[in-house]
Amino acid sequence: MSLTDRVLGDRQRLAYIASQAADARLNVELETEGMTLNIGPQHPATHGTLRIIARLDGEQVVWAEPSCGYMHRGYEKLAEVRTYPQVTTLVNRIDWLGSFANEVPFILAAEKLMDVEAPPRAQHIRTILFELSRIANVSLFLGDLGVQMGAITPVFFAFRDREYVLNLIEGATGGRFHPNFDRIGGLKDDLPKGWIAETKAVMKKLRTFCDQIEDLLFGNEIFQSRTRGIGVIPRDIAMQFGLSGANLRASGVDWDLRRDHPLPMAWNKIDWKVWTHPDGDSFARCWVRLQETREATKIVDQLLDTIPSGPIMAKVPKIIKVPEGEAWVSTENPLGEMGYYVVSRGELGPFRVKIRSASFNNISVAPWALRGVYVPDIITILASLYFILGDIDR
Amino acid sequence: MSTTSEAQPRITSVAEVKAALGDRLVDSFHKDDLWLRVRTDEWKSSMRTLRDTLGFHYFCFLSAIDWMPSPFGRGEDDPTEPAPERDTTIRQGYAGGETRMQVFARVTNPVTHVSVFVKVDVPDESLTVESIHDVYAGANWHERETHEMFGISFDGHPDLRNMYLPMDFEGFPLRKDFPLLARMVKPWPGIVDVEPLPGDGDDEGGEE
Repeated sequence: MSLTDRVLGDRQRLAYIASQAADARLNVELETEGMTLNIGPQHPATHGTLRIIARLDGEQVVWAEPSCGYMHRGYEKLAEVRTYPQVTTLVNRIDWLGSFANEVPFILAAEKLMDVEAPPRAQHIRTILFELSRIANVSLFLGDLGVQMGAITPVFFAFRDREYVLNLIEGATGGRFHPNFDRIGGLKDDLPKGWIAETKAVMKKLRTFCDQIEDLLFGNEIFQSRTRGIGVIPRDIAMQFGLSGANLRASGVDWDLRRDHPLPMAWNKIDWKVWTHPDGDSFARCWVRLQETREATKIVDQLLDTIPSGPIMAKVPKIIKVPEGEAWVSTENPLGEMGYYVVSRGELGPFRVKIRSASFNNISVAPWALRGVYVPDIITILASLYFILGDIDR
Repeated sequence: MSTTSEAQPRITSVAEVKAALGDRLVDSFHKDDLWLRVRTDEWKSSMRTLRDTLGFHYFCFLSAIDWMPSPFGRGEDDPTEPAPERDTTIRQGYAGGETRMQVFARVTNPVTHVSVFVKVDVPDESLTVESIHDVYAGANWHERETHEMFGISFDGHPDLRNMYLPMDFEGFPLRKDFPLLARMVKPWPGIVDVEPLPGDGDDEGGEE
C-alpha cells in the first residue's frame, strides 16, 4: 500500500493503526473527545522557541506539527548584501552551540570558488576547533537529555565540563560562543602558547564526562525504558526526509561526511571510527551522539600530536572578490549535514546563499515520528532528534 | 580512514544519467559536482527516475534562485538621493535556463555517495512546478519554505502554509525585487558616512 506501510516495523504499524483508529473515533465523537495541546513556544523541552501543536486522543497523539518561525532572521537575504568575510559573522549564529563549525563550510565554499586552499597548519587547527565545537555542542545535549526525563544531575556535569571546552575555544579564538575566527585562505591567528597541553588535559576530563554520562544515564533503567523502542525512524524514512548526522547513523546508515566527502580538512590524516546503531529509536540516537563525543576527543588528541608547522594564511588579496560560479560545500556539523550553496557573480558579496541546515530536515520528520505516540514520548523523541532553533529557522 | 572514499568517484558519469533521463534532460554541467536541468513538465518524473533507477534515495534540500540582479544593488545607496539605474538582465548559472526563477534540489546516492543538483525552470507566467513531496517526503517543508520566500507554487502540495511569516504578509522576501528595508531606510555606515562626527569642522581638535 502506501510508503508508510511498506517500511514500518510491526510496532510502528500498530501505532499507526491505533492513531488511525483514534482519528476515526475523534471524528464520530464517541468515547473520548479530542483535545489540542500546545507545547511551547516557551517550554523547557524545546531548546529555544519552538511550538508543537499536538492533537490528542486521550494520551495518544493523533497529529502533531512543529510550528517554527519564532527565530527567523533571514540570513539568506542578509548574506546577499554582505561581503564574503562579513558573512561568517552571520552564519556563526545559526547553530549557536557549535558556532565555529558553521563558519567552516561557508569559508570552504568561498575558497572552492576562488581556487584557494588553506595551508596544512590552518586546515589542522580548523579541524581541531571544529571538533571542539562538536564536543561543546553535544556535551550539552547529553546533559540536557537527563533533564527532559527528570534526571537533574547530568546537566550540572555537562555545564561544568562544557565550560572547559568553551575556555579552550575562547583561548584560541577570543570568542566563547561566536569565534568568527575562520578566514578565507586560513585562520585569523595561530594557537596561543600552552594551548595544546591544556587541550589534552581537557580532553581527558571530557572522556571521564562521557563515561559518567554513560553510567548515569545510559545504564539507567528509567532512561532505557523511556527511550528504547520509542520514536523508531526506519532507514528509508530517515533518507527520504534527509535526516543527517547522528539521527541518520542511528537508523543504521553508515554515512559520515567527514569520512565520505574529501574536503581540505585534516580528518583523513588520522584514524577514527564512525559509529552507527541499527535500531533507529530514541536510545540509538542518543547513544550514537555519546560515542561521537568520545570519538571527537580522540580525534582532537591525535590532531594535537600532528599539527604541522608553517603559515596559517594562504596568499589572498586584501579585498576579496570571488570569481563567477556556483559551489556547494557541506560538512558534518554537530547537528548533522550543514551546507552552503553559494552563487557568485564575481562581486564583493555572494549573489545568493542557500543555507542547508541540519535541524530543518531533522525536525521535518517530527509530524511523521510523533504520530501515534504517547504524550510523554513527545518530549523524548524531540529531545533525541536534537535540534537548535536557530538552525531550523536561520 | 578516508583513503577508500577518496578513491571512489564522487560523480556518476554524465552518460549514465543522460541515458536514464533521456530527452527529459535539457542541459547538464559537470565540474566538481554534477548539475542537471530537466524539462519543467517532467520535473517530478525525472526525480522519480533519479530515485528509483539511479539510486538517489537521500534528499538533501530543495530551494530556488531568482536570477534577476537586484534593482537595489547591495543596498548601499543614499536614501536621500534618487536610486541609480541598474542592469537587471537575467543571466542563469550552471546548466543554463530560460526563466527568471529556477527551482533546484540536491539528492544523493547513499551507497556511492554521489550527489547531483537538479534544476528546473519555473514558468514566468504561472510560477508553478510540480510538487515532489511524494517522491521525497522531506521536500514537503522545503517546498513550503520556497513558496513563502519566492512565491513559487507547487502543484499537488498538500499544505503550502507559511512557515516563518504571518499568513497575511505581503511580498516574497527572497525575491531580488523585494527590498531589504533595513538598508533602504538608513544608509549603510560602511560606505557613506552621512552623519558628521562631533568636532568635525574645527580642524585643530579632531583627534585626542
